[in-house]
Amino acid sequence: MSLSRTLRALPTLLRVGVAETVAYRAEFLVWILTTTLPLVMLGLWSSVAAEAPFRGYTSAGFTAYYLSTLIVRNLTGSWVAWQVSEEIRLGAMSMRLLRPLHPYVAFASSHVAAIPFRTVVALPIAVILLVSSGASALTTEPLQLAMIIPSLILAWVITFNVMFMLGAIGFFVTKTMALLNLYFGMFSLFSGYLLPIDLLPWVLRKAAEVMPFRFMLSSPVELMTIPLDAADVATILFGQLAWAIVTLLLALWVWNRGIKRFEAVGG
Amino acid sequence: MTRYFKLLLVQLRVSAAAGMAYRADFLLEGVMALAWMGLTLLPIKVLFDGRGSVAGWDEPSAYLVIAFFMAVRAVMEGVVSPSFVDLVERIRSGAFDYVLLKPVDAQAIVSASRFEPWKTFDLLGGIALAIYAFTLRGAPPAVADLALALLMFVAGLFAMYSLWILCAAASFWVVRLDNLTYLLGAIFDTARWPVQVFRGIWRFVFTFVIPVAVMTTYPAMALLGRLGMRTALVTIGGAILLLVFSRLVWRAAIRSYTSASS
Repeated sequence: MSLSRTLRALPTLLRVGVAETVAYRAEFLVWILTTTLPLVMLGLWSSVAAEAPFRGYTSAGFTAYYLSTLIVRNLTGSWVAWQVSEEIRLGAMSMRLLRPLHPYVAFASSHVAAIPFRTVVALPIAVILLVSSGASALTTEPLQLAMIIPSLILAWVITFNVMFMLGAIGFFVTKTMALLNLYFGMFSLFSGYLLPIDLLPWVLRKAAEVMPFRFMLSSPVELMTIPLDAADVATILFGQLAWAIVTLLLALWVWNRGIKRFEAVGG
Repeated sequence: MTRYFKLLLVQLRVSAAAGMAYRADFLLEGVMALAWMGLTLLPIKVLFDGRGSVAGWDEPSAYLVIAFFMAVRAVMEGVVSPSFVDLVERIRSGAFDYVLLKPVDAQAIVSASRFEPWKTFDLLGGIALAIYAFTLRGAPPAVADLALALLMFVAGLFAMYSLWILCAAASFWVVRLDNLTYLLGAIFDTARWPVQVFRGIWRFVFTFVIPVAVMTTYPAMALLGRLGMRTALVTIGGAILLLVFSRLVWRAAIRSYTSASS
């Protein structure tokens, strides 16, 4: 599994990934269409803020927040946990293990290949966002604008690592579905997906600050919507970087522990 | 009629037995149901900590809408959508032939072919929430209002069921439709807020096109004694019309069924 060999395989892997995305475009579209929670929340809060601003959020502010959430979720969401646990359960993982390429790289490149398609979906939302809430609720700071892409990439990496780890837990337990449900609940609560973190009750807000979830979603959204000074921007990005490294190590550790007890169901 | 009732009981027993085989799951699902209830209630809690009312709804009455949301969702995820997944699979594999051969109406079999018994937790959660809402209000609902609310709830269930039957009928023509389950579920998510929260085109859509308002907001309004008799009658009439329409479409769809097996 040398590095140069992996690098040489990358273009092919990406091409395969793009072909997969095209083949499953209908499933992709439905998956994206069912990501409606931010819109449901927006429905409630824009009505609330239309009567009077709610704890600093105007109607335009809520629109900007939830549409940004939708964009970030569309670009960084990951389904690798389902793939990994299904392949373990059905035995298809054995084939993957025979290839001279780490499955982490294989799955990651197939996910990267889906990004152009997801951008095409995220773009119209971004346009609606700009038109509907105007520039007023969005940031215009050059530093923040420049940091949005790196922050999105880091959010993608953290999400992918966490999902890869959850999938690899499939080596130890057969029913990963319940685990993924639990994860999604925690994520919704602590990442700012359900509510902006600063609207959460005090205890939950404090908890959100020490967990990785906010770096998966809230960080890029904050960069897009809230005016921040340079120190805040640095804190956000370093936090993301640190969690990206921690979650990568955790994911690979769980994977390596699990692979030792893999019994290749189905064969 | 008694035959259909017996059939329903048998199907219920089989599903319950299948569900009980995974007892640990049962407990886990109960805990998860509680957790999801918390997540559903949190935004409302945050909202009413900072504001007395929104779009004419105060805290206890908003809880009532969520209570009906949980109850309808329990029926949807507990009976309707598992049965639908089952049907799509049968059509795809050709096993639907055997359903048609049975000496009872096919719609009756596929409508309740599978149950998820642990969704009862959601139903109980909804009832508990409704009781809590009325203790907050300090006065129980009038008996007449309660009766009307139950009637509206049943009308809402009929409306939801008809939508699913329409989707099921569509799957005779377009086989790959299991994703529709998720889509309908996602749209139904909007029913957790009173429909008055939505403005303009959306309120129209959620009332008339995809009548999620009918399923949760109207029963809650009826329970509060705020629903006009005319709206109630129109809603019940609409639900019955939808039911008849879905039945007709279903029969047309059955006629065009071309088996996948032979």
